[in-house]
Amino acid sequence: METYNYKVVRQFAIMTVIWGIVGMTVGVFIASELIWPDLNMGQSWLAYGRLRALHTNAVIFAFGGSALFATSYYVVQRTCHTRLFSDGLAAFTFWGWNLVIVLAAITLPLGLTSSKEYAELEWPVDILITLVWVAYAIVFFGTIMKRKVKHIYVANWFYGAFILTIAVLHIFNNLEMPIVAYGGSNWFKSYSVYPGAIDAMVQWWYGHNAVGFFLTAGFLGMMYYFIPKVSERPVYSYRLSVVHFWALISTYMWAGPHHLHYTALPDWAQSLGMVFSLILLAPSWGGMINGIMTLSGAWHKLRDEPILKFLVVSLSFYGMSTFEGPMMAIKTVNALSHYTDWTIGHVHSGALGWVALVSIGSLYALIPWIFGKKSMYSVSLINVHFWIATVGVVLYIAAMWISGVMQGLMWRAVNPDGTLTYSFVESLQATYPFYAVRLAGGLLFLTGMFIMAYNVFKTIAGAPSSSEVEVTQPA
Amino acid sequence: MTTLASYWVIALTLVNIFACYWLIKWTMKVREGESAVGEVTGHAWDGLQEYNNPLPRWWLWLFYFTIVFALVYLVLYPGLGNFKGMLGWSSAGQYMDEVKTADAKYGPIFARFAGTPIPELAKDKQAMEAGRRLFATYCTQCHGSDAGGTTHFPNLTDNDWLYGGTPEKIKETILNGRNGLMPPMGPVLGEQGVEEVAAYVMSLSGREVDPKLAEAGKQKFVSAGCVGCHGMDAKGNQAIGAPNLTDTTWLHGSTARSIKETITKGRKSHMPAHKDFLGEDKVHLLAAYVYSLSHNK
Repeated sequence: METYNYKVVRQFAIMTVIWGIVGMTVGVFIASELIWPDLNMGQSWLAYGRLRALHTNAVIFAFGGSALFATSYYVVQRTCHTRLFSDGLAAFTFWGWNLVIVLAAITLPLGLTSSKEYAELEWPVDILITLVWVAYAIVFFGTIMKRKVKHIYVANWFYGAFILTIAVLHIFNNLEMPIVAYGGSNWFKSYSVYPGAIDAMVQWWYGHNAVGFFLTAGFLGMMYYFIPKVSERPVYSYRLSVVHFWALISTYMWAGPHHLHYTALPDWAQSLGMVFSLILLAPSWGGMINGIMTLSGAWHKLRDEPILKFLVVSLSFYGMSTFEGPMMAIKTVNALSHYTDWTIGHVHSGALGWVALVSIGSLYALIPWIFGKKSMYSVSLINVHFWIATVGVVLYIAAMWISGVMQGLMWRAVNPDGTLTYSFVESLQATYPFYAVRLAGGLLFLTGMFIMAYNVFKTIAGAPSSSEVEVTQPA
Repeated sequence: MTTLASYWVIALTLVNIFACYWLIKWTMKVREGESAVGEVTGHAWDGLQEYNNPLPRWWLWLFYFTIVFALVYLVLYPGLGNFKGMLGWSSAGQYMDEVKTADAKYGPIFARFAGTPIPELAKDKQAMEAGRRLFATYCTQCHGSDAGGTTHFPNLTDNDWLYGGTPEKIKETILNGRNGLMPPMGPVLGEQGVEEVAAYVMSLSGREVDPKLAEAGKQKFVSAGCVGCHGMDAKGNQAIGAPNLTDTTWLHGSTARSIKETITKGRKSHMPAHKDFLGEDKVHLLAAYVYSLSHNK
């Protein structure tokens, strides 16, 4: 009897919750440091500059990454009607990925960084990531190869694109020379092989596609399985999924230069980054439409299925931030928004509103399935979590929008004699109230994660240690 | 970029944009034997199915609009390789234009200030308000919002000057910047020597030190060449920015530890030049503002 490999799915699902709490706790701590800088207590490893990288890496790669591993391993088995290609390699990805996270949690506070945003980890860790990722690709595509159905389900297109592209992005952005190779003594220091503006371009080609493929394509894969599954409705439009998939992955590749408007990057590259970011709007919305319209005719389910609330609201945030993104990529808008808190608000409407909510919703559905339970321990706690998290996100992004636009306007305000009306410090002072609201929003979101952890703990307590589920036959 | 690279960029860009259009058209085609609109396609995975619904109209128009916008933009603005765009716009050009406009508008204001001698300008309320704002924008990062300085960055509100406090000297400092260099004396003096010289230097401003150490330090202060810059009386030399060691102002820290560090490792100080960046008229006004900080009391 062939069974599904649920062990690795269980492991990653549990770690998603744990790393979510860790990453968001660091986020809440550094948000507090912005209000009370003395919180670093004079310790370099508690300084904002070091913990900020730990926060972003922890929420994106530890929390988001674990959610993607868990759901992709589950979805690819279920929709291919076969067991994972290799149990051994799958186990290697679990332990390898978690080792990467632990190394990040040690090296980043120590100040060991290649200083590229979202790619801060130094070269020894980069090599380990590459090994884990190759193993991931073998397990995923190996499973696709031995599928029992002719067609490949749309969720797997997105997961596949995410896995392939992240491999390319990670390798090329992290081409770097360790200084030990030319006589240096520090084993954890390297320099990028790319010079100047090219380095910046490669970095943001990576950076924006980390958003496009890690935080978008991967989670769209999640959405394409869990929304139709939980709502028990067919996906709205096959044609729409074809168009928006290919258009999304081809245009995302060009969007990076919008991070470098009005810099040393040549004008032509900036322009291409801008126009492709605008073209990206429709393909991005294709996913939102397909998800939300899947529910059409089943709206009543939203009333008593809090998991669907998570999924639908996550799509709304997805639609909102994929509209906001192209607008911010327009040079004129960017001239105001760049370097302000608006960017932070935009990122979090994507990261909390979309990525975290869709992951949380999917996990609430997934955990009972893989632990052999009928449902989560408490449905009303899911509801509580939903409202706390939603209010938290709204507070967070509204605060950052207001403070961002305010900063942009203050920085460009000019007196009748042409001197700047405000110094930088004055704009910082004006930002404090919004930092406080942001902290409140972040605290609410973190509280929700603790509620989730309790609910998950109560659900899996007493679950059978192995739930061998027989592979289902294709219809 | 080379012509070949330029054609490569143009081709890649246009192929990707037109591929989007082709993708829409290709997907919209109705194929033989496919299920009717509103029906499921017939594929099934783990109980999941898909409807064969058409692309939403409004969404298609949105897609088309962004494609047309992109093409029009690339005709008007630089983007397609070496093609500069029909409007002749560039980010550098936009910057130059904005600077030109600002200079035409605000230049006369600062030119008027520049015609007034610094001591007089320092008493002009309107000028000092403009000077304060310039200072808040360009100088506070190092010298602080109150111009009081901090370790390594001089206080501008007292009457102690590294390079001289006359109107001309202040202006010269802002215009051309300054590079202060104290050479590392550790290799010359040795650990014991540093202890002794540090004791002597501290004794100069009346601090309690071991008199024996200070006495030995005094010898070395001369023999190691400290006097070359700081002078026999240790009162410094404004011509080269060598600080007076007999007062209680300490640029790089007053503790015994930081004084020993200064002697051992030396110090490099850098005040950037503002001549090309701000222009002489604004520097004149800034100099008057800095002058006013220690003279309008």
